[in-house]
Amino acid sequence: MIYNAGSYEVIVIGAGHAGCEAALASARMGCKTLLCTLSMEHIALMPCNPSIGGPAKAQVVREIDALGGEMAINIDKSQLQMRIINTGKGPAVQALRAQADKLEYYREMLKTLLAQENLDVLMAEIQDIETRANRISGVITKTGARYDCRCVIITSGTYLKGRIIIGDVMYDGGPGNQFPAMKLSASLINNGIELGRFKTGTPPRINRRTVDFSKMIEQPGDGRPLTFSFISPKQKKPQLSCWLTHSTPRTHRIVMDNIERAPLFTGVIKGRGPRYCPSFEDKVVRFAHKDAHQLFVEPEGRHTDEMYVQGLNTSLPEDVQIEVLRSIPGLENVRIIRTGYAIEYDYVPPSQLKLSLETKKIEGLFTAGQINGTSGYEEAAAQGLIAGINAALKVQEQEPFILKRNEAYIGVLIDDLVNKEIDEPYRLLTSRAEYRLLLRQDNADIRLTQIGREIGLVDDTRWEIFNRKMESIASTREMFQEVSFTPADEKMTTFLDVRGSARLKDRVSLWELLKRPEIHVEDFENMNWIETLPGEISEQMEIQSKYEGYISKQMEQVRKFEKMENRKLPEDLDYSEVYGLSNEARQRLKDVKPGSMGQASRITGVNPADINVLYIYLEKKRRN
Amino acid sequence: MRDDVIGAISTPPGEGGIAIVRISGEGCIEKVSQIFQARVSGKDIQVQRPFSLTLGWLKDEKNEILDEVLVAKMNAPRSYTGEEMVEINCHGGSITARRCLQRVLSTGVRLADPGEFTRRAFMNGKMDAAQAEAVIDIIRAKTDRGLKLAMKQLEGKNSEYVKQLEDCLIEANMLLEANLDFSEDVGELDYDQLRRLLINTRDGIDNMIRAGELGNIYKDGISVAICGKPNVGKSSLLNALLRKERAIVTDIPGTTRDLIEEYININGIPVKLIDTAGIRETSDIVEQIGISKAQQAVKEAELVVFLLDIEAGMTEEDKAIYDYIENKERVIVLVNKDDLMEKNISEEEIEQNFTELRVIRASIKEEIGIQELEDIIEEMVGVGLIDSDNLEFTVSLRQKETLLAGREYIQEAIEAMEEVPLDCLGVDIQNGLARLGEITGRNLKEESIDRIFREFCIGK
Repeated sequence: MIYNAGSYEVIVIGAGHAGCEAALASARMGCKTLLCTLSMEHIALMPCNPSIGGPAKAQVVREIDALGGEMAINIDKSQLQMRIINTGKGPAVQALRAQADKLEYYREMLKTLLAQENLDVLMAEIQDIETRANRISGVITKTGARYDCRCVIITSGTYLKGRIIIGDVMYDGGPGNQFPAMKLSASLINNGIELGRFKTGTPPRINRRTVDFSKMIEQPGDGRPLTFSFISPKQKKPQLSCWLTHSTPRTHRIVMDNIERAPLFTGVIKGRGPRYCPSFEDKVVRFAHKDAHQLFVEPEGRHTDEMYVQGLNTSLPEDVQIEVLRSIPGLENVRIIRTGYAIEYDYVPPSQLKLSLETKKIEGLFTAGQINGTSGYEEAAAQGLIAGINAALKVQEQEPFILKRNEAYIGVLIDDLVNKEIDEPYRLLTSRAEYRLLLRQDNADIRLTQIGREIGLVDDTRWEIFNRKMESIASTREMFQEVSFTPADEKMTTFLDVRGSARLKDRVSLWELLKRPEIHVEDFENMNWIETLPGEISEQMEIQSKYEGYISKQMEQVRKFEKMENRKLPEDLDYSEVYGLSNEARQRLKDVKPGSMGQASRITGVNPADINVLYIYLEKKRRN
Repeated sequence: MRDDVIGAISTPPGEGGIAIVRISGEGCIEKVSQIFQARVSGKDIQVQRPFSLTLGWLKDEKNEILDEVLVAKMNAPRSYTGEEMVEINCHGGSITARRCLQRVLSTGVRLADPGEFTRRAFMNGKMDAAQAEAVIDIIRAKTDRGLKLAMKQLEGKNSEYVKQLEDCLIEANMLLEANLDFSEDVGELDYDQLRRLLINTRDGIDNMIRAGELGNIYKDGISVAICGKPNVGKSSLLNALLRKERAIVTDIPGTTRDLIEEYININGIPVKLIDTAGIRETSDIVEQIGISKAQQAVKEAELVVFLLDIEAGMTEEDKAIYDYIENKERVIVLVNKDDLMEKNISEEEIEQNFTELRVIRASIKEEIGIQELEDIIEEMVGVGLIDSDNLEFTVSLRQKETLLAGREYIQEAIEAMEEVPLDCLGVDIQNGLARLGEITGRNLKEESIDRIFREFCIGK
């Protein structure tokens, strides 16, 4: 029996990292929102590594924060350890990374969700989406409740027809032995959405009390009060360490002796897995010449003895997993708490999406997160945020919100998903961003807070903090350009000599001086030429002065890029009537339906001659 | 759409009396005026009326004359493309036209894409909407032909070579990017290896450009000017090389009044031999004309054979003529009459005056040293080449432009390596990668991401 249970503007299916951001964004933008989850105990679950951030991902987390999302604030509340990765390699690739207390991360997110105005959280399995004339009209739960709605955002992660594989043991299941969502796939297919199958995996979890840390190398946190969010209070938290160990030749022998029992090699696993996250057995086979692979043992929380073995994700049989673990220095007597597994799941090949993350087939249906063929909590959260914003904008009958490749990693991510043919779970890399020097973690707020404010997700507090910072940057910069020294200044000459820096030839401002690699804001402070600046302000001074040349180089590239981006292509363009397109380009253009000439040029299979053809076609149409 | 200034040779390839270099886009008149000098001063093309023709010279980087040209200017929108346009009528045939185009490109003009003039004409309303499909056909045909040509050029050994070059830069990019995205997995960056790869790429590009130039040499030939004081044996040498009598040979100085040009073939290279009149002051009007032509010929020649008479010794006249020759590294010194007993030029004198130059002891009369001269000409034309197998290697102007643009980024990366952090270095390397990829149409960025996963053991 199906009964009418109520009506919402936006319904989000799945409460993982994408779902939470989507629901919060939609509700904060004033839409009556429902968030459905299979389990109230597994909201914002981290079923794999207990960490957030790192190269490209840290930038995304900060972008989410600048736009008024939740991930940064939530990890700041629940972190066990903070570190900066890639120090000394330049500001564009420097990245913050946090170890997370998984349980606290869940609790904090749950608190935020339940406190959110306009948002209801419901434990229910959605089995059907209901459409009318290719438009979303509602959803139906397993227990027969039917909800009316304008938009649906599916953020089902790896739950769609999830199938767990451990050696020769296989069963339907979501991550961490959750219930899978077995029915929703069929409903999507019935509505014309194509599905594919991907695979991913996770390592075993072990009991801290059975680990001998004396045989491992300690990896402590940074010690500084670091935060992801631009508005989190900067306070020191007790830091937990991670531990570095490695596999041994014996480990590899055990793997090879049991390789015929590995589902990856017996053909049991058919879904394509990510190359950047290979299973341990895959590493042993492919890199046979290596006799050690490094492994990190990481805490999963302050109130649990469970630890994560990073680098050992595997679907080997359970008995082999135990043997493998015990061949590793420090783990000789280890006891497993959870067995490692591989999981296969349905995903929506993302070329079926618009850049707004709405499906092209069904109006009002959005997908975000791992269902779109990505991996990573950060990538998921970013998509969730964008889908949430766009669902709300749709309800409010406004234009969709799309970030461009030169504005944010989030823009790079979604543009890649839609235009490239994704044949493995997609992960962001800094090298995927053409304008990497502009998309830094330190300036995510400068890039995006204003936009977030316009959308309506940046509240007054954040807006005030941001404006204060911007004013401070502007006035400090001005001051740096005004304060200057002549070659006759003895104090300056002595300082430069001590620093091993060339003496002045002409009058030089602090700003010019700061361009020298060996000179830092700290020096100016120590010399009492300026007052001590807040860390985030001196950081901006350093970066904006030292990298001015390279940054303007990239800005120049961006100007060229934007010209093509701004040349819009009509959504209803009938590519079959465009004379002169190559067959492959015609087909791909029909599938992707690019929104701009720039986007069209990035589609696999579309070459420059096809772009010329489009220009001429549009011009002809304009004249007629 | 890009609306920058574009240029190309718009006359069909092959020898013709004139060739036209066409330039279109806002600011093109100003760009051409930088390298053009009107014959009549004050007739700068910037101030000339639209649709006027101006006679003058196109100047090279050293402000020397490239060619005598006629320049037509057209103001927007009354031109073929509807944009500001300049057409340069070159008088020197296709090789000179190519040089003129390269000079135009050096002012920041971009080589036009296939069919781009036509496309611009259409976009600017210079063609009827009904002609759209015809325009598309032109663009498609030109693009396809360009592609086919490029593909043909990139067959066999050539493609192998380009691929090596690309792989080298991919590897450099892979090392850097793996270190940025997966620093914990791949360990510290090997700077020496990165530098080595970048240098190899740069040198490879240089080799390719040079090999391409050599390919052009085999196609277009080179010119060799023979110079020296009167009666030193210039005509005799020319004749010896021709192995047949052509120029009038006498013992009275000053009989070769005009330039004599002859073509020979040295191991497959077409060589234009130019016998110059003695470069010296003279009061004879006819001879003066010969002399100024001689000076021009020496300036333009790829190689110069400088003759000395061992019997007459090194005179002030010899020194004056030798000093006149620019770019001494292209000079071959031929000491004539070495068969005679009387030698008035010592080894020390030669060593002192012609350090690091190739010197041939010869007797033109006895045909001694002629083969050696031919060998040296061949050798000097091909100095520092990759290997003789790649002689048929040709590099089109488009490819050369692309290679040069890529080279610039890589050079910047090499120079900046010690000074800038890795993310900035990445900007140059990725730009270089994008340029190189244009040659074969490979997506080198994707390939280097693939290589990261293939070569490094990465994984949480």
